[in-house]
Amino acid sequence: MSEPIVEVQHLRKKFDGTVAVADISFAVHRGEIVGLLGANGAGKTTTIQILLGLTKATAGTVQIFGQDFERHRVEILQRCNFSSAYTGLPSNLKVWENLLIFSKLYGVNNYRARTDELLALLEIAHLKKKITGHLSSGESTRVNLCKALLNDPELLLLDEPTASLDPDIADKVRKLLRRIQRERGTTMIYTSHNMRDVEEVCDRVLFMHKGRIIAEGTPKQVVDKFQQRSLEDVFISVARGGDVLAAAEAEAAQ
Amino acid sequence: MNLKRIGALALRYTFLYTRSVPRVAEMFFWPVMDLLVWGFITVYLMRMDNRVPAMVTFLLGSMIFWDILYRAQQAVTISFLEDIWARNLLNIFVAPIRIGEFIAATYVVGFVKILITVAVLASLAWWLYSWNLFQMGFGLIPLFINLLLMGWAVGMVTTALIMRWGQSAEALAWGIPFLIQPVAAVFYPLNVLPKWIQPISLSIPATHVFEGMRQVLNGKGLSAQHLTWAFGLNIIYLIAAALFFRYMFNVAREKGLLAKLGTQ
Repeated sequence: MSEPIVEVQHLRKKFDGTVAVADISFAVHRGEIVGLLGANGAGKTTTIQILLGLTKATAGTVQIFGQDFERHRVEILQRCNFSSAYTGLPSNLKVWENLLIFSKLYGVNNYRARTDELLALLEIAHLKKKITGHLSSGESTRVNLCKALLNDPELLLLDEPTASLDPDIADKVRKLLRRIQRERGTTMIYTSHNMRDVEEVCDRVLFMHKGRIIAEGTPKQVVDKFQQRSLEDVFISVARGGDVLAAAEAEAAQ
Repeated sequence: MNLKRIGALALRYTFLYTRSVPRVAEMFFWPVMDLLVWGFITVYLMRMDNRVPAMVTFLLGSMIFWDILYRAQQAVTISFLEDIWARNLLNIFVAPIRIGEFIAATYVVGFVKILITVAVLASLAWWLYSWNLFQMGFGLIPLFINLLLMGWAVGMVTTALIMRWGQSAEALAWGIPFLIQPVAAVFYPLNVLPKWIQPISLSIPATHVFEGMRQVLNGKGLSAQHLTWAFGLNIIYLIAAALFFRYMFNVAREKGLLAKLGTQ
């Protein structure tokens, strides 16, 4: 297996008495796309926030590119990027202005060529001179993705990147992410509530429930483990509790 | 500190301000309205012959100086709020930016905005009331710097409070400077204040600036004592504000508030 890009050891996060992440450990290897799955409150968003340095862990360590995140935050973030359906770019600025600013923040050389290349790749070259606030949510999501790819990140964290896209564009984005992974060896951590996304894009999934990882493996392995027909069925059966969940939790505890 | 990143952040505000008429208007509207009101009050008082001292013209200087402090504070706080309003805060905090660079960019933008606003106010004051801001000579520079420093310190504290308590604390951005105004001897001399408030007033750098300004306008020259106090207090408050900001940033990270602020 290739070198680990992300190594999380005994990560714990407690908010005023509520355990959001309960002692999880995992590694993500170079070139992998790993999906973080789970119902609302499973702890996946908190985990992503800790990986991005937005939230401080209560205990445990996060190493990215072999460096301790807390001590090398800026150096690590220089090689990462992030896109979320729930964030935006300043709406008064034109698309190219936003991309220019983030190019400079990430120290991208030859930003004009890079921006043009990415806008073409995401099929939004015609939006370059538009005011960001005038874009549709699908267009905004693609501009956000464009921003996330500016620095050719080695590690890309994606929070529901297809949440507001129509099926056609969502399909194109999934294929694009796969292509980026193939051509550039980009490592990705991906959260989504769309199980079809996950099955199509992710090499491996970490299934979280109440702050713990209760299953880990390829999408097929996880589906088989829970003896379900699809990841969506796994999701529903875990969310609704019962024998399937109890067995998985018992196994995870061991 | 990486100057390119500070420049990139400052460029963002430049784009924002050149694109937004309300933001540009805000830079001039309130200061000009204040100048008109205080200017005409000054004209009225001057016409009362010997019943008020001629140095009443300091009201115009006070108004312009107050605006420097207020704008410096606003530049830091509003820049942070702009990122919250645009849901861009997460993009900024997950970019390879040091907090010091983020703050420095707000200082740079604030400084430029203040220079423009003061230039407009000084020109209007000269044109409408024949009042020359530059009659203070070189004394104007250290007084200006001290107001800027105090505005930045207050701005950092205000921003830290918003970071901790979220958008519900947004009103602080506009309110906090006005908590200071009554005791900072802005429009009246320090000795007007009750005796027990005066020590509090003297612990505020702006008080020494406004007292110093009145002395200069009164032809007594720039007081080294007031300047020393203003600089000394500003250094202490800037360090304290930076530590407070850092502490609140860590509290916000502990409680996961940055992510919430960024997606509200």
